[in-house]
Amino acid sequence: MAEVLKKIKFEKWKGWLYLSPAIILLLIFTVWPIFNTIRMAFLEDFNTLQASRGAVFEIGFKNFEKVIGYKDFLTCLGNTMILCVLTVPLSTILALVIAVCLNSIKFLSRFIQTIFFLPYVTNSIAIGMVFAAMFNIVGSFLGTDNQIVQTWGIVNEVLRAFGMEPINWINSGSDYWANIWVMVIYIVWNALPFKILILLGGLQSVNKQYYEAAKIDGTSRIRTFTRITVPLLSPMIAYVVITGFIGGFKEYSSIVGIFGDGMGPAGEKGKLNTMVGYIYDSLSLHQGRASAAALILFGIIFIVTMINLYVSKKKTHY
Amino acid sequence: MKVELQNLTKIFPSRSKKQGEEVVAVNNFTFAIPDGKLVGLLGPSGCGKSTTLYMISGLQKPSSGKIFFGDEDVTDLAPESRGIGLVFQNYALYPHMTVKQNIMFPLQNLKGEDRLPKEVMIERAYEAAKLVQIDELMDRKPSELSGGQQQRVAIARALVKMPRVLLLDEPLSNLDARLRLQTREEIRRIQKETGITTVFVTHDQEEAMSISDIIVVMKLGVVQQIGKPQEVYDDPKNLFVAKFLGTPPINVFEGKVSGGKLYLGEDAVLDVPGVSDRAVYVGIRPEAFIPMSDGPLQCEISNVEVMGRDVSVVSKHVASINPFVRSIVDADNKISVSDEFVRFYLKPHKVFLFDKETEQRLYFGNQKPASIEEM
Repeated sequence: MAEVLKKIKFEKWKGWLYLSPAIILLLIFTVWPIFNTIRMAFLEDFNTLQASRGAVFEIGFKNFEKVIGYKDFLTCLGNTMILCVLTVPLSTILALVIAVCLNSIKFLSRFIQTIFFLPYVTNSIAIGMVFAAMFNIVGSFLGTDNQIVQTWGIVNEVLRAFGMEPINWINSGSDYWANIWVMVIYIVWNALPFKILILLGGLQSVNKQYYEAAKIDGTSRIRTFTRITVPLLSPMIAYVVITGFIGGFKEYSSIVGIFGDGMGPAGEKGKLNTMVGYIYDSLSLHQGRASAAALILFGIIFIVTMINLYVSKKKTHY
Repeated sequence: MKVELQNLTKIFPSRSKKQGEEVVAVNNFTFAIPDGKLVGLLGPSGCGKSTTLYMISGLQKPSSGKIFFGDEDVTDLAPESRGIGLVFQNYALYPHMTVKQNIMFPLQNLKGEDRLPKEVMIERAYEAAKLVQIDELMDRKPSELSGGQQQRVAIARALVKMPRVLLLDEPLSNLDARLRLQTREEIRRIQKETGITTVFVTHDQEEAMSISDIIVVMKLGVVQQIGKPQEVYDDPKNLFVAKFLGTPPINVFEGKVSGGKLYLGEDAVLDVPGVSDRAVYVGIRPEAFIPMSDGPLQCEISNVEVMGRDVSVVSKHVASINPFVRSIVDADNKISVSDEFVRFYLKPHKVFLFDKETEQRLYFGNQKPASIEEM
């Protein structure tokens, strides 16, 4: 009897033993930082330098008040919101259309799917630099005879070919909305592969007989798409939208990719800064405010995701 | 609507160029389905019955041959222009729509002049639902229905646009045994009430025989026999058809004909006038056996299964191809396992001879081939 009890006791602990590597790593690198962030956010004017000297901080909401009161923070929040609202629907709709098209292609389908997936495996900073070159208003270099040769970025080159005025997309003195559109195009392009992958997978798992039944009933292509494909794909669409919003609120590296870590065109530092960018900026001196901003970002993502889940629960068919 | 198939052939190309050859799924199928009949396409899996159905529906294009609905050549017509209703094996009900939306869906697809006012659509949907007795369930989703109810919804959806031809792909295969019995009666009733020419596919011979006006038995893409169920059962054209129809299945023996007599092993069991001397396969239906103490066929009893009205005598015979001979005899005969041996007379019209090489039927005495002309 004692033997059996001992065995049961061991069996009970064996599970925890097997999980321990993962649990220990999670505790150190996830749970503790989260706890620490919350702690720092509520210690007024916390910074690590003073903390190391043994300063004592009062508990309160001062960090939050300061963060919200900053004009910079509101710019960051606005930029993030605008990018999210523009890129998530656009990339989802485009990905859906492309996925449906890809799914109907028979010839070289695997090869074409691979090409569409390439941006996903390419470094986003590298892509950003290529985009920056494409949208550049002017590039200049020394020609062979030491004269200065001026070139346009390819986008403006194309605009000129159609007889339109070149637009100052990203250079110094450029318009805010020009900047935003460059970002939107870049972010959408970057976000497409993953969404296409998910939606294409969903499409391929849809029972072909639904389409045969629709065909026999004389359903038009558009109606088949809106009344059958989209509802049947709705769980995947919901997933793509939710992860899209979460990713959108964490937008940072794409801005760096195009504008560099100044987060704006030359001479306008921080013009296109985002929430994550703000957190990074505050991190060196005001860890308390950075933590507060991180918690605010968490709160926003949480609320938006809840809204998303609520809407998708009503609209999705599982 | 009369449906006419002329030399219908479907060849699937081989999967890879290196290996495998093309598959002839349906080979030269010619048959005119009379107006308003219920036709069962019957055969083991891979016999081309579903392919035939899908060719009639237009979802698959025949490699050669023609399909007529009445006098209209529909061979190159798209499925939606043929005026057919198709019920899929797994029903293919749209899972995100209610029963009502599912049934109304085909009507909502109509465009231009054909488009009905909304009230008429709803009325038609309810009519179709009433016909299959699901008008109580109109606001449910397919996932909230039982298999049988889903089946009815699928039939209602196929019927709602008043098709010229109704096609059913293995309509009963997803139902449990009890529901299957009930549903096949239901299909029969709906077909009778609507009078729509109906073709259904099944691998279950009992199902096909019980409700069809005409059955078409197929094997490896080739039509074996077409006829009324009873005629095909009573008068199979070849060994395959004889073996495929009937529960319990027919008993097959190796025998030989010599001097107008049929020999099974050493025993001359039956006079078979009109058949020249040769080796034959002998098919004997279970109900062909009459126990008699002086019967010519002697079998060694292994078991007697009591079924109430009848008993099933399981016995052995040297010439039998199957390990056991199964005969169904009246319970009054009082056969018991302890008897060790049983002797039978054979009913001549329940005994079929087949050529050993071609497996085609050999007619003897007053047996003669049935024709389907008088249908």
